[in-house]
Amino acid sequence: MTVLHFLFLVPYLILNFIKYIKVNILTLLVIIPILTMIGILFTKDNKGARLVSAAGMGVQLITTAVLVLSYLAARKSGLMNEMLFTADYMWFPSLNIHYAIGVDGIAVAMIALTSIVVFAGIFASWEVEYLSREFFISLILLATGVYGFFISLDLFTMFLFYELAVIPMYLLIGVWGTGPKESSAMKLTLMLMGGSALLMVGIFGIYFNSAPDGGPLTFNILEISKISMPLDVQRFFFPFTFIGFGILGALFPFHTWSPDGHASAPTAVSMLHAGVLMKLGGYGCFRVAIFLMPEAAHEMAWIFIILTTISVVYGAFGAIWQNDLKFINAYSSVSHCGLVIFALLMLNQTAMDGAILQMISHGLMTALFFALIGMIYGRTHTRDVNEMGGLMKVIPFLAVVYMIAGFASLGLPGLSGFVAEMTVFVGAFQHQDMFHRVVTVIVASSIVITAVYILRVVGMILLGPLKDQHHAHLQDAKWFEKLSTVTLVLAVAAIGIAPLWLSDTIIASLKPIIDKLAMIAP
Amino acid sequence: MDLGQFILMRHELLLTIAALAILVAEIFTSEKNKSGIITFALGLFALVTVVGFIPGETGNLFGGSFQSSQLTTFMKNILNLAVLIVFLQAEGWLRKPENADKISEYFILTLATLIGMNFMVSAGDFLIFYIGLETATIPIAGLAAFDKMKSKSAEAGIKLILSSALSSGILLFGLSMLYGATGTIYFADMAGLISKDAMTLLGFIFFVSGMGFKISLVPFHFWTADVYEGAPINVTSYLSVVSKGAAAFIFTIILFTVFKNIVELWQPMIYTLAVFTMTLANLFALRQNNIKRFLAFSSIAQAGFILLGIIGFGELGLTSVVYFVLVYVFTNLGAFGVVAAVHNASGVETISGYNGLYKTNPMLSLLMTLSLFSLAGIPPVAGFFGKFFLFTAAASKGYYLLVLIAVLNATISLYYYLLVIKAMFIAKNEEPVAWFRSTLAMRISLIMCVAGVFIIGFASGIFEYIRSISQLFLN
Repeated sequence: MTVLHFLFLVPYLILNFIKYIKVNILTLLVIIPILTMIGILFTKDNKGARLVSAAGMGVQLITTAVLVLSYLAARKSGLMNEMLFTADYMWFPSLNIHYAIGVDGIAVAMIALTSIVVFAGIFASWEVEYLSREFFISLILLATGVYGFFISLDLFTMFLFYELAVIPMYLLIGVWGTGPKESSAMKLTLMLMGGSALLMVGIFGIYFNSAPDGGPLTFNILEISKISMPLDVQRFFFPFTFIGFGILGALFPFHTWSPDGHASAPTAVSMLHAGVLMKLGGYGCFRVAIFLMPEAAHEMAWIFIILTTISVVYGAFGAIWQNDLKFINAYSSVSHCGLVIFALLMLNQTAMDGAILQMISHGLMTALFFALIGMIYGRTHTRDVNEMGGLMKVIPFLAVVYMIAGFASLGLPGLSGFVAEMTVFVGAFQHQDMFHRVVTVIVASSIVITAVYILRVVGMILLGPLKDQHHAHLQDAKWFEKLSTVTLVLAVAAIGIAPLWLSDTIIASLKPIIDKLAMIAP
Repeated sequence: MDLGQFILMRHELLLTIAALAILVAEIFTSEKNKSGIITFALGLFALVTVVGFIPGETGNLFGGSFQSSQLTTFMKNILNLAVLIVFLQAEGWLRKPENADKISEYFILTLATLIGMNFMVSAGDFLIFYIGLETATIPIAGLAAFDKMKSKSAEAGIKLILSSALSSGILLFGLSMLYGATGTIYFADMAGLISKDAMTLLGFIFFVSGMGFKISLVPFHFWTADVYEGAPINVTSYLSVVSKGAAAFIFTIILFTVFKNIVELWQPMIYTLAVFTMTLANLFALRQNNIKRFLAFSSIAQAGFILLGIIGFGELGLTSVVYFVLVYVFTNLGAFGVVAAVHNASGVETISGYNGLYKTNPMLSLLMTLSLFSLAGIPPVAGFFGKFFLFTAAASKGYYLLVLIAVLNATISLYYYLLVIKAMFIAKNEEPVAWFRSTLAMRISLIMCVAGVFIIGFASGIFEYIRSISQLFLN
């Protein structure tokens, strides 16, 4: 069967499957990875494992496409529900815990991001030889957690999937990583689990105050968003929830796991982690902390705005001083993810729209960066920028893609980074007061610093004369590497060229939260 | 009363019959066929466990001294199930030549303690409670000293018997004060008479201290690590799961029924004990290299988590404690099963001895990983649900700070559980434990543990059932 057959047959099968089995398409997004993991168990060597993974994640990508299209179609036909494709099954009746799922435009966008990055990640790790079955199983387990997180409407299942996504990181970095992998893996896991400890307290606080008028307590986000919690409760639990998610979003000063973890992680794991997992933090801040406790968010935003301003600037400066390619990108992730939370805290429609765009844009381009770094490292066996030079002539494909990723990162118009950052700063400038103006200007200055470190790296490793003669006969990208990178480049360019359809979907989905904020803002 | 009422004591009677049957079987087996007793005892006990699940009547016996409710029956079934797994795991060890002359002793001693625990759980007054407690404790000392030729094992036996004698003394002292203050030993009568006068409180404090020894709460935990290390692994697993579980059951029952009038007084006490138990046990566990000592401190920390359920006084609290112990049975016995299998095959008892285990014994390593994740409370295994509900119970009473301390402790505990996982998966080793095939009984027990660890979490019916019987019990 050729690839073309596969491409047409699978969506057809999926649509029919959904029709006849009556399975919710969102549940399918969790089932496919689980089936893939089971499939990998029956393979014998790394060839089988990677084929099964690629097939499984390919099906997942197509399912996601089906989801995106049916979502857009449903909205076009005038469905105005806050969440679509909802399903709700009672799980623990006595505590009112449900398996409740549903998506809005933002969640759909995040799911699409995840599918693209995971798909690219599988091909970026095509040549993992050591314990490859275990590697792919852990990687897909991580992805399962991420999918489950984005589809959850119930805080309990959301938290469950959140922890499920974090824990495979330990083995992924510890077993397949490089450098001081054991301590990095431990640091990352413990800091993220510490974050989830704070989060758990926050979730309990929300749960036990979810029925101030004495009804049944609930974990359901939509139901909680309809009531307004007492202000003192919000003041107490907002920091727990926000910092809990913020740690995963590399909020200063809790970002220290990020550079070490990313630098030690194998390629696909860095891609997935920086590209997708860190977005769980931003998404959670937005969907849980700000959505459910808007008054406290409004009141305390200034504290976190200061912290994220530090994140953005500090991360960018950190990237300038590093010589290891992965460290450079890890610090740049701290900076860019800081911008996401910064934009969320502006609490207006434009900035929040920018935050979501920035999440997707950064997810794609940082995944692209990490994929390229992994590929370059696989050839040169060094990640030190001082030891490389003139690679453009040797490996032109990878070098050009690297430059594209760099341009996206520094916000060149036509690529996704520009759209996202522009929207964020326009949104941030809508605040009239001095404080917001000052921090916005400071944060905007990071664009310049970003340009410095991106161009520095591009100049040092890609341009100029060849530094190391051993690099003269390097082989350019193989087919799976091309597939992996081109997928990501296409997505980055698509957002850059035609941002409006995405932006419109996001803005439509932001309405509930903007309405809620409008009630309290002066 | 007619004899038919004895059906209420069916668990205790069945166990007694089983113990006696093994004793008789010992007489009728020749020297050569001693190991036949193992198969006989396993089969018999499996039957007893299954029969225990048949629903039956509930009610009181002996004027309220012996109480049987759906909740106590369920607790006894949990204990039976745990002992069945322990027996399955002990099979390979008992077949070793050095144990050939004391096979039936192992079963009889264990069943004797189990009978004591069953009585303890069903106690309706402090006399039955105390008799049950002593029956449950004294034979364990014999079990701990089972490898009597090893000085560590003998030492464990002595340490256990001395510290339990002391704690029983303290407990009894407290009970006598309670009797002096209220004039009764019946739970039902005493509940109404408990007040905040000095003698009752003093008696209560002694009672908690005595129970603290049994559940090994900090600062009454000093015997635990040495005994766990010295005793044979299959006794250690029994001590840390069954013995602790039964003590936690009765401690919860007594606090929730007898001392419900002074709940606002004992909650701060439990709060303090919980904070110290979790924190100190975790800090000690960080530095262990012997896997049995390591599991000992981890199980002390787990006892600290149980206190969070107790502090959430009420239906949810009781449910979460029973549910957690059920989860803990499968989780901890899964870990102990792997430790026992590795020990039987290679004699390795240190964490560094587990280096590179995944290369040679992948299935066992995965099982151990699942169990450790469950102990640390990581989804999707049952430990996550168990911990979450314990914390929910504490949070429902507004103890958010305690919950925060507990979850941070869970994070610390994750560190040392990850150290074991690191040893198995990441660390390099020139001579890892060679590949071996565990015995059939061991494999059955491990399969039971894995099944339990997955099913108990996702099958919410179990939680809901416990909730409904707890509701019946408290009303």
